[in-house]
Formats: sequence, structure tokens, C-alpha cells
Amino acid sequence: MPKKTSKKEDKRQIIEKPEKSEKTKVIKSVKTTKKISKKIIKSKEKIPVKKDDKKIEKIDLIQNKENLKISEEINKILNDNFLPASIIDAITERVIKDKTLEPKLNQIITKSLEEYKKNLIDPSEACGIIGAQSIGEPGTQMTMRTFHYAGVAEINVTLGLPRLIEIVDARSIPSTPMMNIYLRDEYRLSPDLAKEVANKIEITKLNDVADIEADLTNLVIYVNPNAKTLEKKGTTTDELLESIKKIKKIDAKLEKNKIKITLDDPSYKKLLDVNETLKDLKVKGIDGIKRIIIRKEPSEGYVIYSEGSNLEKVLEIEGVDPYRTTTNDIQAVGRVLGIEAARNIIIQEAYNTLREQGLNVDKRHIMLVADVMTADGSIKAIGRHGVSGEKSSVLSRAAFEITVNHLLQASRRGEIDELGGVAENIIVGQPVNLGTGAVELVMKRITKKV
Amino acid sequence: MERTRSVTKKIGSIEFSLLSPNEVRRMSATKVITADTYDDDGFPIAMGLMDPRLGVVEPGLRCKTCGQRVGKDKCPGHFGHIDLAMPVIHVGLIKTIRNCLRSTCRECGRILLTEKQKDDYLAELKHYERDGRSNAGLLKQAITDCVKSEKCPRCGREVGKIELDKPTSLRENGKKLTPSEVREWLEKIPDEDLPLLDINRKTARPEWMVLTVLPVPPVTVRPSVTLQSGERSEDDLTHKLVDVIRINQRLQENRDAGAPQLIVEDLWELLQYHITTYLDNQTSGIPPARHRSGRPLKTLAQRLKGKEGRFRSNLSGKRVNFSARTVISPDPNLSINEIGVPIQIAEELTVPVRVTSHNIDWCRDIITQKYSIESLSKAYVPGVNYIIKETEGMRRRIKVTEKNAQDIAEKLQIGSIIERQLMEGDIALFNRQPSLHRMSMMAHRIKVVPHKTFRFNLCVCPPYNADFDGDEMNLHIIQGEEAKAEAELLMKVQENILSPRFGGAIIGGIHDHISGCFLLTHKQRKIPVENALHILSAIGDEGKNPKIIEEENFSYITGKEIFSALLPDDLNLEYKAKTCLNCELCQAPKCPHNAYVIIKNGKLTQGTIDENSIGAFKGRILDRIIRDHGMDAGREFIDNVTKLAISAITFFGFTTSIDDEDIPEEAKRQIAKGIEKAMEKIENLVKAYEDGQLESLPGRSLEETLEMEIMRVTGKTRDMAGEIAGRHLGLNNSAVIMAKSGARGSMLNLSQMSGCVGQQAVRGERIHRGYQYRTLPHFKQGDLGASAKGFVASSYKSGLSPTEYFFHSMGGREGLVDTAVRTSRSGYMQRRLINALEDVKVENDGTVRHAGGQIIQFIYGEDGIDPTRSISGNAVDINRIITDVKEGI
Repeated sequence: MPKKTSKKEDKRQIIEKPEKSEKTKVIKSVKTTKKISKKIIKSKEKIPVKKDDKKIEKIDLIQNKENLKISEEINKILNDNFLPASIIDAITERVIKDKTLEPKLNQIITKSLEEYKKNLIDPSEACGIIGAQSIGEPGTQMTMRTFHYAGVAEINVTLGLPRLIEIVDARSIPSTPMMNIYLRDEYRLSPDLAKEVANKIEITKLNDVADIEADLTNLVIYVNPNAKTLEKKGTTTDELLESIKKIKKIDAKLEKNKIKITLDDPSYKKLLDVNETLKDLKVKGIDGIKRIIIRKEPSEGYVIYSEGSNLEKVLEIEGVDPYRTTTNDIQAVGRVLGIEAARNIIIQEAYNTLREQGLNVDKRHIMLVADVMTADGSIKAIGRHGVSGEKSSVLSRAAFEITVNHLLQASRRGEIDELGGVAENIIVGQPVNLGTGAVELVMKRITKKV
Repeated sequence: MERTRSVTKKIGSIEFSLLSPNEVRRMSATKVITADTYDDDGFPIAMGLMDPRLGVVEPGLRCKTCGQRVGKDKCPGHFGHIDLAMPVIHVGLIKTIRNCLRSTCRECGRILLTEKQKDDYLAELKHYERDGRSNAGLLKQAITDCVKSEKCPRCGREVGKIELDKPTSLRENGKKLTPSEVREWLEKIPDEDLPLLDINRKTARPEWMVLTVLPVPPVTVRPSVTLQSGERSEDDLTHKLVDVIRINQRLQENRDAGAPQLIVEDLWELLQYHITTYLDNQTSGIPPARHRSGRPLKTLAQRLKGKEGRFRSNLSGKRVNFSARTVISPDPNLSINEIGVPIQIAEELTVPVRVTSHNIDWCRDIITQKYSIESLSKAYVPGVNYIIKETEGMRRRIKVTEKNAQDIAEKLQIGSIIERQLMEGDIALFNRQPSLHRMSMMAHRIKVVPHKTFRFNLCVCPPYNADFDGDEMNLHIIQGEEAKAEAELLMKVQENILSPRFGGAIIGGIHDHISGCFLLTHKQRKIPVENALHILSAIGDEGKNPKIIEEENFSYITGKEIFSALLPDDLNLEYKAKTCLNCELCQAPKCPHNAYVIIKNGKLTQGTIDENSIGAFKGRILDRIIRDHGMDAGREFIDNVTKLAISAITFFGFTTSIDDEDIPEEAKRQIAKGIEKAMEKIENLVKAYEDGQLESLPGRSLEETLEMEIMRVTGKTRDMAGEIAGRHLGLNNSAVIMAKSGARGSMLNLSQMSGCVGQQAVRGERIHRGYQYRTLPHFKQGDLGASAKGFVASSYKSGLSPTEYFFHSMGGREGLVDTAVRTSRSGYMQRRLINALEDVKVENDGTVRHAGGQIIQFIYGEDGIDPTRSISGNAVDINRIITDVKEGI
């Protein structure tokens, strides 16, 4: 028993050491990655592999100063007028690139402002219906072919219409969960370190690294580890032994290179039971992550792609960059990173699904759908169990689905339909409160003075 | 236009509530006690189900309650009632009843919570209400709390276990509760405990959920039909009500006569069954009531439910007048804003015109002109179908015929309304189902044309997703002035050129328009002046005058010059054409393939006009003209491109036939050789697999690896065949012109026709289903080779071998099934999306809100930009602004 504890401590130390030595570095890198992740959202810039942090920081500083100077100037010109940040950023970028533009900044901004105001959406626009149509209409043009290889040839991903329906349904587990795990600084540059992280993530079953033999005559099970795969998966026989010992009512001992397992109260049936549990025994890795692929991406380094998803656990792994790692499991993102992150992942997933099919849909429509789904702080599905079921109007709910129940419920509760929405007003035959129906014309009669 | 008829009263809100027995009696016109409907003479029996006090169905008869007739005076009918001998539970509310029983005490009727718990819940409920949150979870919690308690905190009575036997019976501790007992219990529940049971005390009492009196709907709700044989056929509801009355009567007689408990209970149960099926004939757990023929009856719930139910079919969607439907066909001579309407339709549909002192003469003319002698020689003269006269509140509709036309015209009064037939320039809505987006219904100007089909410009096909293989479309004539103005400003085709989906044009040149422009502008085509003028005549005197180049005894106009006639003078553009080959070394301005378009000051100096210039979705010129010069200019450009391109293509001549897919023998040999090589490769792969020498890809089994490798080889083979075929198909080939310019088809289609069809796939894999270990009996078992798994080496032109043909059909079938499944799935998704988002709009303050007032976005789409006006998704076109500023514009 004392042996066991010492081993545990040993392991801890090994893990802790790099952590300590890195701590100072880590803080620095977090700063830069934060900046970078912001940039990604805005300009989809690819991050070059940085080797010299200091140099880059310097360049960053200079650029920042210049950025500041220009954005200050822009703000002065704007004079409390609003321009979206993306436009200001784009202008700043262009001006930095081309110095001759600087004196004409005023002109550029006034022109942009003019065009921006011209392109604003009209009040009372039925943006909801337009958004729903814009996403629904291309649905007919999408493929039903469920599986497709997206980016990584080795991983199957649900795409096309089924995936879009899945997103809109806010399904708790996607049919093909998948993660893109990005790594921090040195981990992404070194294949060995990346491999180490991958081994911590990918689930390794005892059956994968050892042969399990059940000796029925002596009622003993031998686990025969395979040295080659052990090394490949980055575990040791000791670790195997430890995880085997976690099974109740058995005893495991190391015998030469084999692990001998005896039962506390031996019986033929129990032996077979234990044999089955052993085969499925998790030695290492994270539940739910079935398979892992490490790829070297240009201008990024090593990236881990996984089949199966478990955001909670993966983010805890040392070396994983928590700022950039993503999953296609919307509910998990909502759980771990919050509702804003869930909204972003809905937008991203829906947008990519549509774009992958070669369909061009404006991001604003998708944003609106995502915002409707997440507006009250929880992820609600589009449909009778989510958004539509929680509408305030009785008639609108009754006209959608489960008509009779909604009517009975309304009468019991004494609900009042205020007739604010579209479906209700169509039902009672009144103009709808959208677009030209939302405004009325008031005419002031000019009376001639006598 | 008709001020008097416009909505003056507005429904502010609708309140829902349960009907109390007293209320049912109060609104009842009569008690119904007779199960029969009509007596032997065919008159309705008093106090029967067809009592004339319940309203009337036959025209002419007067209702005995209100004294009005059904059609004109609009007697809506009146409710009656049936007094039930014994109370009966309402099926739809059984769950609420169960909850009420579970959470209240049988003895004192109070809720099974301590005073403190109750107050806490009530306070919390108030909070929820104030925040506008859904209180469903909280109420559920309250009920579970109640169920947990074992004794009533007030009177100390033991709490029994309430169980629900579907559909309508309840048990307490295994003992059946009769509806009477349930009702007595529910009566005890005090008003103050009701909010926790999710019952509004102002509109409902729990005991009302057990029926003691049943309302009988008016006859107008369940009209009987008289068949030709004189027999009457009653509505399903009437049938059901007959059953209810009969059993109710028997129950009453038996009970009054003091029949044994058992018989009374049986009848009670039967009454419960009949009322249950009367309310909902699809209640699970009981057999549906059937008609004599065996068809299940359509009772109250079925009338409301589902796609064919009252809500979706009659309330959310309504039938309309002033509409037409017929087959569509193309007409390139119409503007995109126009629609050709057949004379027969134009004579049937009308527009109302109010007669005023300003137009009375015109009105008189139009009434008579149809029957004048001059009109005989004209193809179409609009007339008037009806005149609506209003005298002392009475409206009279008079049909205008040849005989009375003159008379009516003379007696025409100011204030009458004439319904005149369609005229050129009237505005109408045109629609094709499925109406997936707002461009599925656009406004067109009417042009009356001969023959029997609707006609419109081909450029408008994409938004409607229409073709002419027998499609039909609908036309709706606008009746009011306000609607007319709105349609004109918002719905006209030209206002919908830009799609709100992505901010680009979805109306633009298609098919022949693109090949026409391609022929005209490709390379330096010199067109003799007289021919050029002929082509140009199609666009009339619009556009600029092209430059004539004089050479020795030959003067010509270049094709590019002709096209330039359509371009506005301030147009400056440079971009890659669709024909661009994406060469490694782009020589942009001096592109040898004529694929780099340069337009300077409205003159096409370089490049070929194709899909990337004038096509829908991609057309750069089109896009720029709309942004710079507005919708009117855009419409004009599209119209003129249509005319010019059609004129050009008719002049040059353009045809495609099977010999367009001919390739030389040499090329065929090369392709055959390539296929042979690929076959060999696949054989080697299979061999390597069988010998166990194949290395599996990471994360893939050996079989999967083999399949992927083979798929890759077959894919490459088809590309190779296409490439070889493409090399021999030049731009002198019409099919190639169409493919390269983006008019129709692709090079893939061509290479499949002339080179090799390629691998057939089902579910993204090679074909593997069929017989045991093989796809067809023509192959050896376990054959993994190319041809045994669906590789089609032949071309469409050379013809497919029988096995290839079979595999090809398998792949084709998958496509068909896919489409069928997809339409229904995506249709439902869209219905859900629309329902969830229909109430979302941009408010005056720029926020996006739900009808309930909940804020969805603080600024629409994070920048408040209308996607329709966005420049490929961006708020402003910065590139353009900067170049403009640089050039000092």
C-alpha cells in the first residue's frame, strides 16, 4: 500500500513541474492569445507560428500605437456618430497599409458614414420572417447525404440538411460529435508534446493495449500488456495495474510482465463478468472521445481533431488552448462557456453548414435565429418544445401544433391573447403589425382661415 | 378605396375561459331533449337537434330566435343545451382534474401545503408573473410538494393515492371515484388555492371541468345535406349528439325508475364514452366512434386539429376571389415587370372603380365600348362585368350584358362601383408554390395576350423556381388603392431583384441571354454594319450609339461595342469572367483567353461577357448598375440584355446536338487506355488488400482504406477522361460554349457524355448491395474490382453495358429518393423557423423585438445593416470608397 501512494505523488510531481516552470510564460501567452482570438472573430486572420515572442510583442506595440492614433482620429471625425467596429477596423487597416490615405481620412469616414446610413435596415422590417425564409429556402437545395468528410478526411461529420435541422433543434447530443482541439505554444510546435496531449485525451481501453486471457481452470485472468502499444499510447504497466485495481471485489498483482487477477470470491460466472468489464476498462483518456487525429496545419502547427466530444474534460488538459478549442456540441458549449458562447457556436455551425453546401446566406439571418434561440439565457429549440411553445399568444400556439391542448389550457388559465403577433391577427382577419401594417397615416386637415 | 367598409373596429384582445353550467344555460336558445331531427313531413322537431331556434341552414327560412335568415342577415345560429342526468368528466381536462385531486384534501378541499409553504409559493408566483417568466416549473414543483404530504395539514385527513386510468376514470387508493364524487370534491376547493393549481379563479372553477350540462352547437356548425334522392344526411356531430341524448334519456329513465346500481353505472359509463368521443374521437385507450360505413367520425377535436383542421386550413389560410391559375410559358419580349394574361382570364377578373364626378364619362364609355362596332376589330377591349349600386344601405349587384349595357351606362350614378375588366398596366400579384421566400409572390403589370397561358420574361424564373414543363401559377388582382400602391412600391419584380438572403441579384440573364452575350463579345468579333444594326434594332433607340469602324470596302462594328451600348457611361469595372481558367500566371489585362473583363467609362474594352457579368447571383455589371443607378436602371438593363442577347443569338444561330459530344478516335483510344490503367491500379489495390499488404489509414479499417483508395482512383479516372475529352472540345462547340459561359450545363456533363460516366455511388459508397457477396450474378463472389462495384467506363454517348445501366439506375434512384425526403424535411424545418420568428421585427429604436416586447437584439445583426443592401455581407464597400477617394471623386 505505501508503494501505491508514493507512486501517485511521483506522478503528480511530474505533472506539476512543467506547470510551475511555465507559469510566468503561460500568463504572457494568455495575453497574446486573447488578442489573437479577438482578431480571429473579426478578421479571420490566420496566426503565423511565432517563434520569438519578444519581437512580435514589439511589433504589436508599434502597431497598437498606430492603431490607437488612427482610431482616435476616426473617433474625432465621427463625432458621436456610430460606425460598426468592423468598418473602423477595416479602414484603420487600410490606412496603416497605405500612408497616402491618412490625410484623406476625413473624406473616407464621411463617405462611409453616408453609405452606412443609407444601408441601415428600415424600422418595422419583418426581419424575423425574412431570416426564416432565407435559411429555410436554401434547405430545399441541400443534400441529405449525412456523412461527409469535412476538412479532415478521417472523420465523418453530419452535414447538409440533417445537420442544419440538428442545430435548429438544439439537440442535446449531435449525431456526430466532434472537436477541434488547438494547442498552446510549445505543444503545437512539437509533435511529441502534441502526441502526449492526444494520449491524455483519447480514450484507451484495456483491450487496446493488452491481451486479456481468462484461465477458466484456475479461475484467474491474466492481462498481458503489449509493450509496443503501451508506449504508443503513453502508458505503463503500473498505470494499467492501478486502473484495474479500481474494480471492486478483485485483487490484481504484477507477475513478471503480466498482471494476474484473482477474484475475492471466485466463481465461473463472475470471472466472465470481470473479463467483460476488463475489456471495456478505461485506462486513460476522456470519456466520449472515441478517436483522435493529429494533423499538422500550415501556419498553426499541430492540431488535434477528435471524434466524440467532451468539452468540460478536454479544457482541463494541460497544453490545450482553451481560447480556441471548439466542439460542435452546442449544449456543451452552453454549459461550459455560457450562453454567449453557445450563441456564437450556433452561428458558426449553421453558417459553416450552409457555406459548405455552397449556399450563400447572410450572417445576420443566422445571428437572428441564434439570438432567438438563446435570448432568455437558455438554449431553446425552434419548435413546439422551445420557442414556439413559449409564445404568449394562444391562437398562434394553437395554429402551430397540438391545437386542442393549447386551447383547453388557455381556457383553464384564463389566458388573454393580446393579438400582437402575426398568426393571431391573420386568424381574426386584421392587418398584421409588421412593415406597412405597423404604421398609420395621420393627416392634419388644413382649415382655411376665414 | 371603400372607406365605408374598412376596419373601423379593432379586436383588442381575446380572453379564454371555461364555460360554467349556468353560462351554458344562459346562452342556450333551447333545451334539447329529443334525439330525432326531423318529423315525417320533413319539419324539424321542436326541442330536437334541428330545432329552428338553433338557427337555420336552408336559405329563405327564418331563425326562430333572432328572426333572421342565414345568408344575407347573417344569423350565426344559436347554442342549445342538454342537461345531463349524471355528471361526466371532460376528457381534455382530465390531467388538470387529477392534479387538483392529488394536491387537495378530500375532506376540506384545501391545498395540501402548510400556510407558510402556500404563501411562499404564491409570492414566488407573483415574482414570476412580474418578470414574465414561464411558471410551469414552479407549479410542477408545488404539485410534487403536495403529493409528498401524507396528511392534510389543516384537517389531518389521510391523503389517498390518486391514480388515473386512461382515459377518463380516477381512483383513490384503488377505489373508483364516480364523476359525481369528483365534482363534489372539486367544489370544495376554495378560490384562494386555485392559482397554485394553475387555474384562473376569474375565468374557471375546477368543478366546471366535470360537465353537468352539455352545450349543443348551432345547426350552422353542423349543417345537414340533402341528397338528390331527397334523403337527408346528417353531420358527424349531429350523429354523435343523437347518441348522447339517447343514452342520457335512458340513464335518466333508469335512474328515476330506481333501476339496479349496476345498470345505472353501465349507462353512466356509456354516456361518458359518447361525450368523450364527441369531444375527441382520437382519445387513446378507447375505440373511436364510427359511422355506419366504418369511417371514424370527425368530432370536435378533429375539426380543429392538424393541417386540414379549422386553424391551419380555414383561419391561417383563406380562400380568395379575383384570382386565376393556369399553365405558364416563356416570352422574352415582355419586360421582367410584366405578365401576359390570357384574354379569357382578363375578361373574367375585375378591378373595382368608384364612379366620381371626375371619371363618370370614362366609366360610361367603358361600360359600352365592349359592345361597340369599333371593338370588333380589336383583339381585346376591356368592359365591365358588374355594377354595384348602393341605395339606402342596400347593395345591389347588377350584371352588365350586351343588352343592358347602354341602359346602365345612361343611368350610371356617382357613388356606384363598377367592376371593370383587366386593362393593360393593372397591377397583380403573381405566385408559384411552394412559396418558400418572399420572391415567390411578386407584383407584375398586366399585359393582355392571346392564347391560354400566363407568360413572363425568363429572367424571372429563378425567384419563382419555375420552369415550363407544365408548371402552373396563380394570379391575384389587387382590389384596393392602398394595396395597389404598396404592391407597386414594394412587390414589383424590379424591387425584388436583390435578394435579402445574401444581398445580391437573384434576377439576371439566364441560358440564351448568357450564350448570346458570349457569342457577341467573345474575342474581336467583327459584325458588318447592316447586320450589327439589325441586332441593335432589338433594343430600339435606347442606349448609346456604337462606333462604326471603317475599313477598305468593309465597315463593321465589334461585338464588344454593340454590348457597350447597354452600359451607362460612368461604369468602370475590372474582374475575371466565368471563362477564366485560373492560369498559374495571370496576365490579367492581356488575358489570352479573353477572360479578364475591363470596362472603362461604360465601354467594354477587354474580355467576354458571361455569367459573371450578367447572370443572376454572380453578375457583376448587373450588381453595379443596380447599386449605382437604382432598380429602374437595373430593370432596364436586364430587359435590354434579354432583347439584345436574343437578337444576337438568333442572328448568329446557335444549336447543339449529339455530334457536339463527338471526340476523335485518337482521344477515345487515350481514354480507353487511361481506364485500362486505372483498372489495373484497382486490381493491384485489391490484390494488396487480399495479401494483407495494404497499409490502413489512421483511424480506418483495412476495408475502409481500400474503398477510399479505389474511390480516389475512379474519381481521378473520370477527371482524366473529362480532361482528355475537354481538350478535343473547343469553343467552336455550342455545348462547350454553354458550359464555359455558365449558360447551362457543366464540363462534367459533357465529359460524362463523351468521355466516361464514372463511379456510381449509393450512400457515398461504391455499390455493394445485391446478392450474397456480389452485386449482380454477372460477377464472381467477392469480386472487389471496379466494374463489379458500379464503375461505369462507358460514356453516355457510346452507351452503357447492361450491368453499368443497372448500377447507374441505382445511383439515380438514390437521387430521387433523396429529393423526396428532403422536400418534406426542409419544409417542416421552414415551418418551424417561420413560426418561431414570424413576430420578430425591427422597432423604431433599432432594437429587434418579439411581439411580446422581449428584446432579441439591441441592434439588428450587430451593425443594423439590411442584408439586402449589404455589399456581399459588408456594411459598406470600403474598397470602393477608398478607390473613389483616391481618385478624388
